[in-house]
Amino acid sequence: MPSPAPDTSFVTLRYFAWVREKTGLSEERMTLPAHVQTAGDLLAWMPTRGAEFAAAFAKPDAIRVAFDRTHVRPGTAIGAAREIAFFPPVTGG
Amino acid sequence: MTVRVQEAGFDVSAEIEKLTGGNDSIGAIATFIGKMRGDAHGRPLASMTLEHYPGMTEAELESIEIEARKRFHLTGSLIVHRVGTLHPGDAIVLVITCASHRGDAFAACEFFMDYLKTRAPFWKKETGVDGSGQWVDARETDESAAGRWLNDKE
Repeated sequence: MPSPAPDTSFVTLRYFAWVREKTGLSEERMTLPAHVQTAGDLLAWMPTRGAEFAAAFAKPDAIRVAFDRTHVRPGTAIGAAREIAFFPPVTGG
Repeated sequence: MTVRVQEAGFDVSAEIEKLTGGNDSIGAIATFIGKMRGDAHGRPLASMTLEHYPGMTEAELESIEIEARKRFHLTGSLIVHRVGTLHPGDAIVLVITCASHRGDAFAACEFFMDYLKTRAPFWKKETGVDGSGQWVDARETDESAAGRWLNDKE
């Protein structure tokens, strides 16, 4: 039997630092709802996913987003990005 | 031009020799070493854990090096950033910049650190001597979110 074609609608969501601790997840794979088109849409939608997500995304302004390992702005379209990451402002150095 | 993310410590003299040995066009070498303090706002610390985003970290550090090369006349550079568990007094980050003259070496060294602190995806969690854990806040927390996202894909 031929294997099914890979579903390209799947994205990998990754969480770091306290966003990871509050969601209880390092990463997950899913198909995003059709209305979620930009980084800002993601930040608005995430808190609706359950209590852990509501806690983690209670202050969306405090969370940064990267698409395919590049920092993005709230208005950036998800487009063909396959890996979406959420994390607090960075504190290295 | 090299970037490394590692758990192990580093030997500054050995790194300088590796970067500059045999290159007699280098007239100036600037180094910066960031270290872990033993307290945070008066709270005594036992340790600190550094988390990062593998893949994105290296990509960001490399883009900082590329940007630095456009702005300064560099003949070599190195960034080493540690991850994992560190203790007070441990070194966290090493930047070495090499140039013909000191102006470029000093300026590039500072540029690397300023950009690293706002772009490279590292996060510090401090553990107090009482066992309590606390994520370090970015110092520019009051700045608007949009303004701090420096690299738009669009």
